[in-house]
Amino acid sequence: MTSPTTADRMVRLLALVPYLQARPDGVRLADAAADFGVSESQLRRDLDLLWVCGLPGHGPGDLIDLSFEGDLVRVTFTAGMVRPLRLTTDEAVALIVALRTLLELPGLAEGEAVSRALAKVAGAAGHAAEQRTPVAVSVGAREQSLAVVRAGLERKRALHLHYYVPSRDERTQRVVDPMRLLLVDGHWYLEAWCRNVEGTRLFRLDRIDQVTVLDEPAAPPPEATERDLDDGLYQPPADAPVVRLRLARTARWVADYYPVEDVAEVDDPPGGLAVAVRTADLGWARRLVASLGGSGLVDEPAELAGQVAAEARAALARYAD
Amino acid sequence: MRVSAKRAERLVNLVIALLGTRQYVSAARIRETVPGYEPHDGSARADEAFKRMFERDKAELREIGVPLETGRTSIFDTEDGYRIARAEYELPEITLTGEEAAAVGLALRLWQSAQLAGAAQSALVKLRAAGVDVDPSRTLPIQPRLDAGEPAFEPCYAAARDRRELTFDYRRPDAGTPSTRRVQPWGVVAWHGRWYLVGHDQDRQAPRVFRLSRVVGSPTPVGEAGAFEPPADLDLAAVVERSVSREEFLVVVRARPGTANGLRRTAEPLGPADDGRGGYDDRLQVRTTEPESLADQLAAYGADVVVEAPQRMREAVVERLTRLAAMDGASA
Repeated sequence: MTSPTTADRMVRLLALVPYLQARPDGVRLADAAADFGVSESQLRRDLDLLWVCGLPGHGPGDLIDLSFEGDLVRVTFTAGMVRPLRLTTDEAVALIVALRTLLELPGLAEGEAVSRALAKVAGAAGHAAEQRTPVAVSVGAREQSLAVVRAGLERKRALHLHYYVPSRDERTQRVVDPMRLLLVDGHWYLEAWCRNVEGTRLFRLDRIDQVTVLDEPAAPPPEATERDLDDGLYQPPADAPVVRLRLARTARWVADYYPVEDVAEVDDPPGGLAVAVRTADLGWARRLVASLGGSGLVDEPAELAGQVAAEARAALARYAD
Repeated sequence: MRVSAKRAERLVNLVIALLGTRQYVSAARIRETVPGYEPHDGSARADEAFKRMFERDKAELREIGVPLETGRTSIFDTEDGYRIARAEYELPEITLTGEEAAAVGLALRLWQSAQLAGAAQSALVKLRAAGVDVDPSRTLPIQPRLDAGEPAFEPCYAAARDRRELTFDYRRPDAGTPSTRRVQPWGVVAWHGRWYLVGHDQDRQAPRVFRLSRVVGSPTPVGEAGAFEPPADLDLAAVVERSVSREEFLVVVRARPGTANGLRRTAEPLGPADDGRGGYDDRLQVRTTEPESLADQLAAYGADVVVEAPQRMREAVVERLTRLAAMDGASA
């Protein structure tokens, strides 16, 4: 079994000579290293290795020849390696499925260009693309606002948003400086500097009721930083108060959706899960627990259970009318 | 593990040698002309070492997709030789405009899983080597992630690609303990942000759709590759759509003015209604394909929203409110 490192290096070694061949004016080492996604020193080792490879016989005229002028590298003899290796099935799938997905997202990339790229890539992939791809993607997040938000990003303009905030059930208006677009778990998000709250916020596109591109330039202040999504979308402050819940089987999804701590299997309710959620917003916690309709029990704080129960009793009174 | 420089060098030389010939080259000839192989010294030990090394090299080249052919150039050849057909080896000509290359650069950023992200990266390397300039920094600040965080994705994808049967433990939301399933995987589908495996359930003898997040542990491939053929007219996304989409319900609610803003974003206003206390409510008509989750949402609005019709939705919400009302141990 080939380790990924071995395969990666072989793919790179076989691609390097054709890469240089396609750029007869020479390439800066740093640019080539960036194009191959490796360090400059690794790229040098690769070139050193190729320099001693060549046609059988290995006489002076048989070896791959490179020339260095300043910081530019060129190939002067390819030993017959003029084209890169064909795409593998995985590579063809990665390309074709991703391009098909882009086609599904009008407003994101120029549709015509994506179609043409798809046709060309499928043609070049040949038999690797002939087999039906074992992956399909249907994004569903076809938000009207996507094209407008993208235009704001492209033209680097501020945006005016009508935005619905579910945790407070409020419709708000604000001016934001767009930073980037994200697609996470089937939802589009705009990461932007919100001038109203003076902080970086994520805005889910299906909660934007209206968006306009303003004439003024987008100017996120220096303290506006992109958040690292590897830790999840919701990143409550570490010192936020803890809410402890016991989730029945039907409510276990909460543990997948929000960052939770102290996760433990419990028997009451049967097949249940005990979790701790950090939040500075008890209003949000109240709505969450109420929306679980009794499948999420509150262990802590006690007043949260009291509030939810009192609200439910008030609602029941209306049904009794 | 790192490929040793010597081994990489030998493999590159082997590719160059076999690309440069139309004749099939015997193993003995390869041993003589490609640097890095154990030379022939008449000993069985050296022959054995060469054979092992050459077998490993062939396997490695095939694994990265080098089309290594075996055959005989003439009927006088006593053993099979090797060559690489250039037309099979080389990526065909491809030229992309700046816009098309930008689309490819953006598309390849969709993948996060090790398998497809790695494949996307090596595809990018090959396209660049073909002279296509894909500059990711030229594209917009957009970060789509399609396949983050589904550990079952890779084994399911690999088994569907290789047409190998798969077995895994699957936990249905309404069942306590997982059950073991045996499936011919046809493909994996991202449907509106959720990943599914589509395949033929061998025990139930019928097509089935599985949520990847409900797979317990890691799926295991069993048996040979190429063991089955998916239906010829298969549309993976359509299979999932049929299994997840449901009929649409109409629900009428009364909401206090200024409340239930989330509901109002998609609801159709039906005008005011006397609330029986000298004030009025707004009557709203809401459409849903997921009545259970609408009932959750309506219950969470508390006294601000009352369900008028249908009766089943009224009961579903009252049931939830009754459970919630008992949460603090006080009597209703």
